[in-house]
Parts: sequence; structure tokens; C-alpha cells
Amino acid sequence: MSTAATLTHEHDAHDDHHHNPGFWQKWVFSTDHKMIGIQYGTTGLVFLFFGFCLMMIMRWQLAHPGAPVPVIGSLLQSIFGSSAFAADAHGVRGVLTPDGYNSFGAMHGTIMVFFGIVPVAFAAFGNFVVPLQIGAPDMTFPRINMASFWCFFISCIFMVASFFVDGGAAKSGWTSYPPLSGISDAGHIFLNGQTLWGSGMVFNITASLLGSVNFIATIIQLRAPGMTWMRLPFFVWAQFVTAFLLVLAFPPLEAAAVMQLMDRAFHTSFFMPTGLVVAGHITHWSGGGSPILWQHLFWFLAHPEVYVLILPGIGMVAEIIANNTRKPLYGYKAMVGAIFVLGFLSFIVWAHHMYMTGMGARVAGFFQTTTIIISIPSVILVTALLLSLWGGSIRFTVPMLFATAFLPMFGIGGLTGIPLAFNAVDLYLHDTYYIIGHFHYVVAPGTIFAIFAGVYYWYPKATGRMLNDTLGRIHFFLSLIFINCIFFPMFLQGMAGVHRRWYDGGASYPQLITPVIHWNNFMSVAAFLLGLAQLPFIFNFCWSLFAGRKVPNDNPWDATTLEWDTPTPPPHGNFIKEIRVHRGPYEYSVPGAVKDFTPQSEAPEVDRPPGAASATPVVAHAH
Amino acid sequence: MQIPYEVTARPDTGLYNAKLGIWLFLASEVMLFGGLFSAYIFLRLGAEDGYWPHGLLNVPVGAGNTIILIGSSVTVVLAWASLKMRKFMQYKIWMGISILCGIAFLVVKLAYEWPQKFEHFGAFIKKDALSKYEGYLGNAHLKEKGLDPRVEVSGHLHEVEINVDSAQKDKLDAFLEANDLTMSPEAEGAKLLVVEHKSEEGKPREGMSPGVAEDLEAVPGVKVIAFRLGLDPVNAEPMNPESDKPHFWYKNPTDIPGRVEREDVESYSAFVPKHSPYFAVYFTITGLHGLHVLAGVLIMIYFWLPIAGGSNMFKRNPEHLANRVEVVGLFWHFVDLVWIFVFPIFYLL
Repeated sequence: MSTAATLTHEHDAHDDHHHNPGFWQKWVFSTDHKMIGIQYGTTGLVFLFFGFCLMMIMRWQLAHPGAPVPVIGSLLQSIFGSSAFAADAHGVRGVLTPDGYNSFGAMHGTIMVFFGIVPVAFAAFGNFVVPLQIGAPDMTFPRINMASFWCFFISCIFMVASFFVDGGAAKSGWTSYPPLSGISDAGHIFLNGQTLWGSGMVFNITASLLGSVNFIATIIQLRAPGMTWMRLPFFVWAQFVTAFLLVLAFPPLEAAAVMQLMDRAFHTSFFMPTGLVVAGHITHWSGGGSPILWQHLFWFLAHPEVYVLILPGIGMVAEIIANNTRKPLYGYKAMVGAIFVLGFLSFIVWAHHMYMTGMGARVAGFFQTTTIIISIPSVILVTALLLSLWGGSIRFTVPMLFATAFLPMFGIGGLTGIPLAFNAVDLYLHDTYYIIGHFHYVVAPGTIFAIFAGVYYWYPKATGRMLNDTLGRIHFFLSLIFINCIFFPMFLQGMAGVHRRWYDGGASYPQLITPVIHWNNFMSVAAFLLGLAQLPFIFNFCWSLFAGRKVPNDNPWDATTLEWDTPTPPPHGNFIKEIRVHRGPYEYSVPGAVKDFTPQSEAPEVDRPPGAASATPVVAHAH
Repeated sequence: MQIPYEVTARPDTGLYNAKLGIWLFLASEVMLFGGLFSAYIFLRLGAEDGYWPHGLLNVPVGAGNTIILIGSSVTVVLAWASLKMRKFMQYKIWMGISILCGIAFLVVKLAYEWPQKFEHFGAFIKKDALSKYEGYLGNAHLKEKGLDPRVEVSGHLHEVEINVDSAQKDKLDAFLEANDLTMSPEAEGAKLLVVEHKSEEGKPREGMSPGVAEDLEAVPGVKVIAFRLGLDPVNAEPMNPESDKPHFWYKNPTDIPGRVEREDVESYSAFVPKHSPYFAVYFTITGLHGLHVLAGVLIMIYFWLPIAGGSNMFKRNPEHLANRVEVVGLFWHFVDLVWIFVFPIFYLL
């Protein structure tokens, strides 16, 4: 048949192209999912660090309002310019200005969410691990995969550049609410912080769409023979649902970002209300627009976005818990069902971010109901993971330390969200530090711990070397302590009424703040110490690349999933033998088996005498 | 290393990879245009009575574009069918027609529809001055009939009346020179000056571009007093019952003169995005749609040209080419579908 012949011909041409990749093709413009995953991972980790530094400077300001940043204050002023930093009354440089505080706050949020967590947890780990775990040679669309990374990289350039234009980076919050975001950073028509923010977001969203289409198509089409849906590792399910959330929820924000850019560049009034007065002057917009329209479009994405932030982390934790308890996950089927319900419900809760807009009781009632219901699948997921520990033969490897700590930390984050579902409570707590504490608990000791767990778990597969165990434990314990020291007092401050975007940490509102203002210094010191606690990790990550203990074999964790069936690190094309899946993903401690784990690709025993004790069940039943 | 199911379908899903990929991409595009259409609904529902215009778009031209696009959707399917039947010349013909239709659509939009708007002037009258311009607006008549009031005087801008501070007259002269404008000579003792476009020998005088009027206002020392328009039919004959509803056949601005004083104007501009939320959302949606038409045309051209990834693939792997054409055809159908929403919503409602 001509198709087979032409396929062979293409195969040869394709092969030759890949057997001799030059430097640029191999390290920069690679279409290999593993290299793209590493590219996303390193870029994302750099941005996580950058976002952390922005926060550190903000926390200095909160603890010592009006004081110049010590040691590096003058340098910061030289780098970021006079919109963000100024000299104090004595001429000492390096005081973070209110505009600077707002821009650092807005960019900290944007960077951590869109340039840190999503690229690392979804794109980096997803790209590297998912094709391996389903037994595929690569993603379905390798060139689109590469395009998505470079589109993302362009968005990174926009965001970083925005710090260095006149007026500094965007300062209207990561939520970019109009009318402020329509009028702020007025100056050059394009080279201003807010417009660069909007343009960067358009590229980031486009990259995300290209990537998520790839993930869904890959998981549907490229599963190896025998890899049925209910034999998928839970991490793959998590990435599958996350990709759907991104594909469907991001475009309305892209539309809104385009409209906001039109408002800024072409003076349209999509979001600018009639009769807007700024600084005592009537503005020149035609009016007729609606700020609430922006809020709807923004939160329609931003709510599913928070599930995008957590689901890959839950997936990683699930893998690591199964592996380190030496038993299957409890409630795999329930977890799969819960994750689908969660994904669906996440589209109909968004207005719980908008309780302050004066919506009627019926609409508020709808969103309160759906928001409370969405806590159910979340609880199912965490409970299943918790119950997976019961009766397990637990090994507290460094990944397992992070994965186990994830559970109560995410629990605190989730539980503190429940009161916020009710608009009566939210009216008081909205825009206070309670909110900041709530969402940081879910993302910081939540997802970031899951990311650390994933790094310590999969680093040996990617590099062929183990991360140093002692440094890992130091990293874990110090991070756990200090991260709680930063975020727990936020609940106390929030309930006292401390507002979330105050530049001076509440010093202007002594009647409210005095009982809780001392926490500012405590939290800022804890933030600094948390930063120091990351140094062992950064050192470990870099040093182990060259001098880490080499892995004893391709499967150092004695795991069952397919990524451990490849050489270490996996070559282009991933698998050197034909992969066929014969069993579920977590066949640990199978009764009668020789080892305490049975890889997914291991063929079932045949030719055994009937009634023999060593019979291995061919099909394991997921519980 | 070959990616499986690039050309042949995976048995349990019945799909080859790109087909699944394009459907997922189209799902995201539905959400994108859905967000924009939601914005349209939100803004239109929130608009005050009389502030959401009707009848400003050329319906026959829009209908013609609709037919062109629907036709091209049919021809792209015929192109795909030709490939499946391995009829190469037929493929080239049908694909060529699809490409030409796409280009025609863009030409109509970019060379006629949009520029026609940019030359059209509209001034929103302040609420407390509406009664003064009853002659152009006819609101009493509309109120009797239970229709929304008119709040805008529109047409082609012919002249602008200004005063200028004599100390800064040189800046005005420089501006006039740079923009091909003339000014009436200062009559004895009169302060009023009239700025208009230079007329060429034997040719009718061109109207002023509304954008130039804005720039004129910004010249130091200049104070705009009034605008003189060639009125739109609806402002020239506001009492005419024919003006109550939008016309099917598009009517150009007349030569009937109208005069609007600057101090009675809330805001003015050409029919450009900043004119009103109506034009903002019209230009954004048709602009984004136009970009998608352009993208589709470019990809179809790529598959039509005799290059390795294009029609030359017919010799090596015709099924692969057929799949590619099927995928672009799906995209093209989506682009057509969006237009089928755009046309009634903007042109007819």
C-alpha cells in the first residue's frame, strides 16, 4: 500500500534529521518533550525566585514602612528606577514608593501564578512526565509544543521589560481591574507597564492554549497498547482535567485582555463607564462601558485557574504517596470521578470573587451554593490521599516528606476557604489578609510543596543522579516551619481587618491594627528565613547535576509506572523496547508477587501449574 | 521516531491526531468569540436608550460577504473530496476558488466597509441640548411613536468654524498647510473662520476627515466653535417615517447642511472604535474575525502551492494532504460560523 511506503520514506528523512541535531536543534529549538519540559521548568523556577524576591521587598516595607531597603536599597533604586524607589528624608536611597509597592504586588501575583506555578507544575512536569507515563514516544504535536514554549518565552520578555519602562511595571493588581487599569501608566502608547502586562498576558494565554491542546490530544491518542483509561496513573488524569480547564477557561480572558488593550491604545470604552472623572477632570472616553464586564471575564478564567494551580500538584502527591506507602491509592475511581466533577463545577463558581459588586440575592445564592458544593470533590481527593496512608509501609523519603506535608497544608488552605463561600462572611473578609492567607496556604505550602516533591522524585529520572538527601531534609523542615510562620498570622491580621493592598502594613489605621501589627515584623523575618531555607535546595539542584550520587538503576524508587521503564535519562523516542501495559498503575505489595512492586509493563506470568501459590493475578482490581 | 496516528486513525477513537487537535482548538475559539459576544450582550443591555445605534452598516454588502464565505465553505469541502478521490486538478480548482473567496471577503471589508466608517463623522449631543437640535433629531415625533430617542448628529464633516488667538496664528497656518486645508479670509471685524479642505480644479470639494478635526482642536490657540456637516438622511429628514427604522439599502450622507455647536457636543469622532461601545465591539469582533480569515487564507495558500508541505505532498502521501485539507476546512467552517453570528447580530439587529 502506498501509504506504508511513503511512511517509510518520511520515516527515513525524519530520522536523519533527528540523528544529527546541531546545538541549536538539541538545546534551544528542540521538539523533544523532555527538553521542552526542562525549558519550561528552568524558566518557571527562575520566575518563582524572582516573584519571591519581589515579595521580600514588599515584606520589608510592611515591617518597616518608609525605611530604605537595607544593603541593596541603592542598587534596587538604580535597577528599577525612581517610580518604584525613592530616597528618604535623609537622602538614603532605596525606599519602596507606594507606586512601587503596588507594582511589585501586581507583578508578584501575575508572575507567581502565570509565569511560575503553571509553567512548572503543568507545563514542565506535564511535558516531561506525561508522555513517559502513557508509553508514548513524544507529544502528539512536537512542533506546536516547541512553539508554545517560545510563545511563553516572549510573554516572559514582555513582563520583565515592563519593569524598566517609564512609570514602571503594571500596578493595577494582578486582577487589573478597570477603570484604574484603563487609565494607569498613561504615557507611551505601547511602552508602558500596563500595556506590556496586557500584551504579555495575550502571549502567555496563547502559549497555554497551544500546550493544553497538545496534552489532551496526546493523552487520548498516544496511550500505549494496554493503557486503558482506568490504568492511567493519577497524575495523567490530573493533567488531563487541568488541560481542559485551560483550553476552555483562558480564551474569555484573552478576549478581555484584547478589549483592555483596545481601551488603552484606541480609547474605546469597553470597560470605561460613562462620566468617569479622574483627579477632578472629566475624562474623554465615550463611556457606556462596564467595569463589571471585566470582572466577569477575568474571574471566569481566574477561578478555574486556581484549580489549574492545584490539580497537577495533587497528581504528583498521589504518585509519590502510592510509591512511598508501597500500596495502591485508596479510592482511585472516586478520585477520578471527583476530579471531573471538580473541573466541571469550577466553571460555575466564579462570582464568589465578586460578592462586593452588589449582585442580587438570587445570583449570590446560586454562586454560594455551587461554591459550597465544589468543596465536596476537593475533600474527596484529600481524604482519599489521607486514607491511602492507612496500613501503608511508609518510607519517609524526601519526596514523601513534602507529599505528606502537602495534605494538612492544603487542608488548612481549603478549610479557610469555606467561610469565604458565604457572601455575608466575605463582605467582611474580602480584600483582607485572610484572603491572602487562604490562597497562599493552598498554593505555597500546597502546590509549591507538591512541586518540590515532584522535583526530588523525578530529578533522578531526568538527570541520572539523586539529589542529596540531607540537604533535602534540611530544605523540607526549614521550609515547613517558616512557611507556616509567614502565612498563619495572616488569618489573624485579616480577621482584625487589615486590608490586603496597604502599602504601610496598616500603620495608618492604628485603631484597627494595633493588636495585630506586631505580626508584620514576625512574618517578614519568617519570609527572609524561608528565602534562606531555599539556598540548600538551589545549591543541591545545581551541584547534584555534576556530583550527585548516580542512580543505582533505572528505577531508584522501585516504582510501577511506565516512566521508570526507560533508560536514564530517557533518549529521544523514550522507550527502547516495545511497551505494552498489562496492569494498573499502583501494583504495590501484590499478594504472592516476588517483589513488593510490579511494573505496569510487566507481562503476566503464564505456564503456571493450576493451584500454584505463586499465581500472580493478571488483572488487578482498582479499589 | 514516528508519532503514531499522524495519518491513519487510531482504532478506538476513530481519529487521526490533527483532527482531534483542531476540534480542541476550535473549542477554545468558541470560548474566545463567546467572550466577545458576551461582552456585546452585556454592553448592549447596559446601554441607555438611544445610545446603541442601528442601521449604520451596509446590509447588502454584508449579505454579499456572507454568501461569499458560505460559498467558500462549500468549495473547501469539494477540494477535500477531490483529494479523497485523488483528483488533483479538481482539488487545485476548488481550493483556488476558496482562497479567492477569502481574499474577496477581506478586500470588501478592508477596502470598502471599514474605510467608509473612518470617514463618517458623528457628534453626540449633550442631554440638556437635545431640544435645541430637534430639527435634526425629531425626538418629539419618536416619543409619540414610542421609539428610542436620537442623540447623535452624523454625516460627512465639511467645514469647521473656529476662532484663533492672533498671537498663535502661525501654528494654525502650519497645521493647515500640513493637512491640505484652507481657511476663509477674515471678514471685516468678524472673528469667525471657516476651515475646509482645499478643492482641486473642477473636482467637488472633499469632506474633512474627522480625525483632522480632533487634531485641529488640539492646535494651540484654536477654539472650535461649530461643525458643519453634510447630514445623514436620518438627520436631514428626522420626521420622515422612513427614517424610523433602519434602511435595508445603505444611504450615503446627503449634501443637506447641518450645523452643530461645539459646546453642545458631549463627544465626537469618526465611526472608529472609540466612538461608542457599539463600534468598539464591532471593530474588535470583525477585526479578530478578519485576522482568522486571513490566517485561513494563508494556510490554504500554503496547501495550494507546489511546495513540499503543500500540493506536492499529493505525490508522496495524498492521504496526509487530504487530512491537512480536512483540518483547514474545519477551521474554515468555524470562521464561517462566527460570521454567521456576526452578520445578523451586527447588521440586522
